[in-house]
Amino acid sequence: MNYHSPASFAEASALAANATGITRFLAGGTDVLVQLRSELVTPDTLIDIKKINGVHDITRNADGSWTLGVATTGAEMSEHPELGKDWPGVVEAMDLIGSTQVQGRATLTGNLCNGSPAADSVPAMVAAGVTVTVTGPDGMREVAVEDIPTGPGKTSLTKGEVVSAVNIPARGDNAGDAYLRFIPRTEMDIAVVGVGVDLRLDGDTITEARVALGAVAPTVLLVEDCAKAILGSTLDDAALDALAAAASAACNPIDDKRGTIEFRTEVAGVLAKRAAKIAYARAKGENA
Amino acid sequence: MALDDRKSDFTFVGTRPNRPDGLDKVTGRAKFGADISAPGMLHGAVLRSPHAHARIVKIDTSKAEAHKDVKAVVTRADFAEVPFKPGLEGEFWNVLENVMAGEKALYDGHAVAAIAASSALAARDALKLIEVEYDVLSHVTDVDKAMAPDAPVIREGAADYSVPEGMHPNVVRYHESGHGDVEAGFSEADLVTEDSFVTEATHQGYIEPHACLGMLGNDGKGELWCTTQGHWIAQKTCAALLGIETSQLRVTASEIGGGFGGKTTVFIEPVALALSRKANRPVKIVMTRSEVFRATGPTSSASMDIKIGMKKDGTITAAQGVFRLQGGAFPGAPGDMTAMCAFAPYNLTNVKQIGYDVMSNRPKQAAYRAPGAPMGAFAVESVIDELCNKLGLDPVDVRLKNAAHEGTKASYGPTYERIGLVETLEAAKAHPHYTAPLKPGQGRGISCGFWFNHGGETSVSLALSEDGSAQLMVGTPDIGGSRASMALMAAEVLGIPYENIRVTVADTASLGYNDVSHGSRVTYASGLATIKAAKHAVERLCERAATKWGIPTDAVKWEDGCAVPSGPNAGDFDPMPLADITADMGSTGGPISGHFEATPEGAGVSFGTHIVDAEVDPETGKTCVTRYTVIQDAGKAIHPTYVEGQYQGGAAQGIGWALNEEYVYGEDGRLQNSIFLDYRIPVASDLPMIDTVIVEVPNPGHPFGVRGVGETGIVPPLAAIANAVSNAAGVRMKQLPMSPPRILAALKGNG
Repeated sequence: MNYHSPASFAEASALAANATGITRFLAGGTDVLVQLRSELVTPDTLIDIKKINGVHDITRNADGSWTLGVATTGAEMSEHPELGKDWPGVVEAMDLIGSTQVQGRATLTGNLCNGSPAADSVPAMVAAGVTVTVTGPDGMREVAVEDIPTGPGKTSLTKGEVVSAVNIPARGDNAGDAYLRFIPRTEMDIAVVGVGVDLRLDGDTITEARVALGAVAPTVLLVEDCAKAILGSTLDDAALDALAAAASAACNPIDDKRGTIEFRTEVAGVLAKRAAKIAYARAKGENA
Repeated sequence: MALDDRKSDFTFVGTRPNRPDGLDKVTGRAKFGADISAPGMLHGAVLRSPHAHARIVKIDTSKAEAHKDVKAVVTRADFAEVPFKPGLEGEFWNVLENVMAGEKALYDGHAVAAIAASSALAARDALKLIEVEYDVLSHVTDVDKAMAPDAPVIREGAADYSVPEGMHPNVVRYHESGHGDVEAGFSEADLVTEDSFVTEATHQGYIEPHACLGMLGNDGKGELWCTTQGHWIAQKTCAALLGIETSQLRVTASEIGGGFGGKTTVFIEPVALALSRKANRPVKIVMTRSEVFRATGPTSSASMDIKIGMKKDGTITAAQGVFRLQGGAFPGAPGDMTAMCAFAPYNLTNVKQIGYDVMSNRPKQAAYRAPGAPMGAFAVESVIDELCNKLGLDPVDVRLKNAAHEGTKASYGPTYERIGLVETLEAAKAHPHYTAPLKPGQGRGISCGFWFNHGGETSVSLALSEDGSAQLMVGTPDIGGSRASMALMAAEVLGIPYENIRVTVADTASLGYNDVSHGSRVTYASGLATIKAAKHAVERLCERAATKWGIPTDAVKWEDGCAVPSGPNAGDFDPMPLADITADMGSTGGPISGHFEATPEGAGVSFGTHIVDAEVDPETGKTCVTRYTVIQDAGKAIHPTYVEGQYQGGAAQGIGWALNEEYVYGEDGRLQNSIFLDYRIPVASDLPMIDTVIVEVPNPGHPFGVRGVGETGIVPPLAAIANAVSNAAGVRMKQLPMSPPRILAALKGNG
């Protein structure tokens, strides 16, 4: 196994482009090292990107948008004084992952690039309209989070490409996001269903909506029908029922050790309603 | 045994001093199984079958043996020939077959070969060089399917004499007991309820994986360090499996990070010794968590049919149960225990119970706190709850009405001596929890539970030092704070402070034989032996004082840590403290020690009653246990904090078993969830604060009245939680675990 710790993303990209066999980028390592130890994935090349300058930075840009370094940990996000006020759903989703110790290492980028359909932060990021900057042999490109995963353990990143930044949009007014997941326990578990919701209101009426589902299909889903079910509504009971129905209809889950098809399909609707209510309250400036 | 020296007022017993192993454990100084190494040590790794059932056609180890880092490879051929016998008679053969597969791999994770190499990583990598040719056979992992006529046969000839003609060869032991006429009893009932219940296997879930360091020379002399609940059984078993003399193997028990019954046998220990014998170097093996799940003892899974008849006033007229337990690819599933415990809390005129021990392609089951009893209680107490609901009766009143007491003929045969079930039920009824209002969506459940408790072979030795302190050597590994309890009991007899007594779990070369720390026996049996050994030392102390005073020995008695004249006629002497006697003991007759060896048989059965409140989310089926109260008879709580800890631990493990823990097998017979992420043991935030009430109805079989408390606490939870959940959800839950998908499906099925 070859281990590298490049000083720039361009260098990281070049290393990956020229590597043979299995390559993994190492940031927090909370998936890569676990897979290594359990012999699920033994990389030939390990490229440690957490020593690149700025990878722990959380920056609020002039237009109100946010740029997060790829090694920014869940703990750093939770402890940031402003980020969670703008994007409580994204921060809470990240905070749900693992233990306190894991929070000191785990990153949004790692959670995304691991390619798990059950990744907690991904539905929240998709709902929030987050993009990532990808550095590759041909330069940089910006990609929507929902376009990164292509299946369990798979991403659309090509050989030599590495995520080099996370871009969260400006929050703007009268808007709020939320993420809820279902686990049989209270913590230290993996989502059986996850739902991210982001809403913007005009008065009491929903004018913008993005709803994303996790753990109910091979990839996290951005569900247009869920958004349509509540757009123009005041999140009344009929809208909530339509939202739940759209969420359940979008599910294409599997039966496995973590849950059944029937359960995931049903609970996706339940959580969509609950997450929408929280996002709606937040958009109205209420504590939720 | 009869005891004429009962004690009921105490100085040290019943206090709550700090545990003697506390500082070592919080500072990391304590040495657990994996915390030892030796000069020249090699690291072992075990190759495990990926198949649930397969004939081993060929094992080619040549490539592995040629690897520069590999110092030894062992397969079954490197172990002793042990005779095969049916049932549990051939337990050494069963253990050997489990430790290293013979002709067939019998479950996913079954050991087929092992390697010792110069590093742990090299050993792990070298496993890939061993080539095993398998002929994959059809498999079965479900208990009911394993009994069906078309089930694959795990092993012909494994059934013992107890199994009736015509049963499938996978049924290897049969138990039937009871008394009265159940059919007549059912005809007297106003309501008869009959139902079937299923529980899945759960793992003991100890935090410390199995680990050992073995050294064995070609002269047949060896040393073994391991994490175990019983190092004498490890000694005896390893000696048998390796063909050496028992006494030539010295076994030392490490600190133990939990056992709960699962560390009462051996897995990697004989393998490390076999590797060591071949490599002529010490060999250390540490299991991964996945190996622990796949290849060490889970409990049995169960399928059960219960029929109970009740009169309108709550009197049980008859009770009948059939209990089918699957215990993996070997005899040993405690179907007999399940059957015997299931109705044991009740005073029944007509009762009949049948238990089956069934083999399947799963790991060899190991004991797990009150093995077999929790499943039976789940089934029986669920039916009683259903009868109470249908007849509109209070569940505690019904249990009080039918409760066993002194003189009751137990469902499993004997007549109870003084027992404390009624007292636990009365305490439940009086507890504020029982009458606290419930919120909408919440339900309350009650259950009783029983466990036999055990005595077992026990040796204890106590030695006094010149300065008046004492060292106590016990042979039962400390799995629940027993060193503190032993010190308290010795302090009580000697009359010296708790802090002046050092308790050591001695190795097999330093003390006579001791059975495993199981059966809730340690505080009872090692405690009894400690008291007797301390009394033995006190006799010696009195003799020395008598000599010094020039009076007869029987004119001296022991009081508050001093020899004193037994009465005014004995002479007028100042009390002589223990330290004054030990100070010159070398010149007054030599070292003063006390010993005791016996197999005490008055363990005293134990009962508990649990009260549980649960809240069920009707939209997701998720359960939250909102309040939990454990009430149990301890006989006499030596160190009440540890007794409470045992009660809380039983409840916590029961919550896991009831709600989310389960072995999940795929169609291919492979275990799907061999990591803690997917084997859902409760985390701290899943649990409410668990209240405890210690009831003390002294055990007539122990000098201080002790009853074991380690196991009974896990018997009621499955049923109590199931009753709470069923009452909250409005639908009877008959399958464990009551995971959210199962509850939601039941709610949907209920309309």
